Amino acid sequence: MSETTVSGLAGRMPKFLRRADPAVLTAFACIVLLLLLGSLYSRSFLSPEYLLQQLKVASFLGVIATGMMLVILLGQIDLSVPWSVAVGAMMACAAAAYGPVGVALAIPFGIFCGVLIGIVNGIGVAYLRIPSMIITLATNAVAQGLMVVYTGGFSPQDSATGAMRYLATGFAVPGVPNAVLIWALIGAAMVFVLTRTGFGRTVYGIGNRERAAYLSGIDTRRVVMIAFAVSGGLSAFGGVLLAGYASKAAQSMGDAYLLPSIAAVVLGGTSILGGRGSYLGTVAGVILITLLQSILSVMQMPEAGRQIIYGVVIVAMLLLYGRAPASR
Amino acid sequence: MKDWRYWLAEQRGTLLAFGIFVVMFVIYTSNHPAGFTANVVQTASNKGVLLAFVAMAQTLVVITAGIDLSVGMIFTLTNCLASWLVVGTGIETAFGVIAVLGTGLLCGAINGAIVIYGRLQPIVATIATGAVYFGIALLLRPFPGGSVNEGLADALTGRLFGIVPASLVALVAVVLVVWVPFSRSVLGRAAYAAGSSEMAAYMSGVPIRRGKFAAYALAGLLAAIGGLFLTFFTYTGDAAYASGNAYTLFSIAAVVLGGVSLFGGKGSAIGAIFGALAFRTIGDLLFVFDFDPLWQPLFQGVILLIAVSLGAFALFRVRNRLEWFL
Repeated sequence: MSETTVSGLAGRMPKFLRRADPAVLTAFACIVLLLLLGSLYSRSFLSPEYLLQQLKVASFLGVIATGMMLVILLGQIDLSVPWSVAVGAMMACAAAAYGPVGVALAIPFGIFCGVLIGIVNGIGVAYLRIPSMIITLATNAVAQGLMVVYTGGFSPQDSATGAMRYLATGFAVPGVPNAVLIWALIGAAMVFVLTRTGFGRTVYGIGNRERAAYLSGIDTRRVVMIAFAVSGGLSAFGGVLLAGYASKAAQSMGDAYLLPSIAAVVLGGTSILGGRGSYLGTVAGVILITLLQSILSVMQMPEAGRQIIYGVVIVAMLLLYGRAPASR
Repeated sequence: MKDWRYWLAEQRGTLLAFGIFVVMFVIYTSNHPAGFTANVVQTASNKGVLLAFVAMAQTLVVITAGIDLSVGMIFTLTNCLASWLVVGTGIETAFGVIAVLGTGLLCGAINGAIVIYGRLQPIVATIATGAVYFGIALLLRPFPGGSVNEGLADALTGRLFGIVPASLVALVAVVLVVWVPFSRSVLGRAAYAAGSSEMAAYMSGVPIRRGKFAAYALAGLLAAIGGLFLTFFTYTGDAAYASGNAYTLFSIAAVVLGGVSLFGGKGSAIGAIFGALAFRTIGDLLFVFDFDPLWQPLFQGVILLIAVSLGAFALFRVRNRLEWFL
């Protein structure tokens, strides 16, 4: 297996495959491998119902990972995901308790609260130049504190509105769950923004070298702030969908989404240093993570084993293709 | 400038943290119903020392311009391990302590190896290894439980000569045995140099890789000492995700309060210790003023937010806007 055979093989492949990022191809190959492994374990693993169910579960992570990807493309990171998700879910459910107006505004209000967290993050990172991992950890702690005070330390009793349940579990198009449809819409919008708009080019530019982007006359700070606001909003929207799925919000519902959302983006070939990566890779990463979770739970792996496998898989994949250049 | 002014400039962050701590502690004890008694000091120092160890661990890594988001999980893992191993006769207990500290050192070394030789970003790498450490902790202690050598535990959490809290003495001993030799060694200077300017340090032939590796490994060791003390205080092992995460978060807050620069190369573990003690005291102020404990997470979060935002004042000193973008 030398370079020539690989490139010879690549020469005969369709154009879209030749242009694809090897990391994205690896991720898709891993998905196929997981499906094969799963089908060995249980026959129903390849049934359309099961796969559709997996896609539906994946779409919650997909929405959250979309925002995370935007931030990671800038070379930053958003560690406020756990409580942005919980704030989105809790605030949407809380709004629903305020009569018909509240019910109508529940979803926008939940997203709005997430955007607020994102804006605080954005101001901290872009204007105050605080390292993103620190300020997002801090806003996460503040969001948690606010929610603990609001709920009194218990899971809130308000339940999700009909619209939230419909978005998460309904079927607008027969056979396709609404959650998957929403993920597809958000994903399409993201692809359009990243590849066809000036904002998207700027995001890649800042991720490569913010200094150069700034010297080219771009208001890089505004772009960074918008990206964090979008990430916060999408996390909260993910929380709204999750609340619709479970029909209520819970205290630690977001904890299970921080590591997977980062992992999905990074496994999809987006450079953690920023400036490089495609949305297709993130889609592959999200499906990969969801399938991995599903197989581990089908095998009745306890939580401890899942955490260990998670961490090891992520470090291993990063070591394969996420390394920084050697300092020479 | 005179020598003492250099010294003052260098220690400004540490002295500020010390000042904040003293002011907060005076407010705390003067409003405490029991007042300034040996018991109050002992309880406060037992609580504060836990965070101080984890904050020292975080300092070592932050000095190299990295971050370790797995310190809280190493702390939790070693707590669970100690609740199995640090029991029995004197010899058994001694081997148990060595095994626990060795585990912490190994966890730190794994972090260091992945970050330095694997060339991964510290944030993502330590989040992932933190998940692994937490998983192992959960395997060891699916439910809270276990026990510890109570004689040793009581000796280290009690008082010496009836007044001095033993945990505080242990903290000073660890500083003298771990921090002072490290910060004065070649490796310690290399860790500072790597955090200050990795490129310049590399060009000058400073052993940056070994320095950074030592910093990560010792961070694991210090977190393990913290985990050991947690076991001494609680007599049990508990794989609590929330508590591990909280310690990671608070260690960052303590480091920032202690005047350690998150960009690396500046600050000391002594500052971080006072930062940790100050942070704990501020958090406990709510209790002496009879606030609802529900407000505590929000209060601590706001302190953290303010502490990290203070660094932004450095922006006013920037003359060239391009220095915004590191």
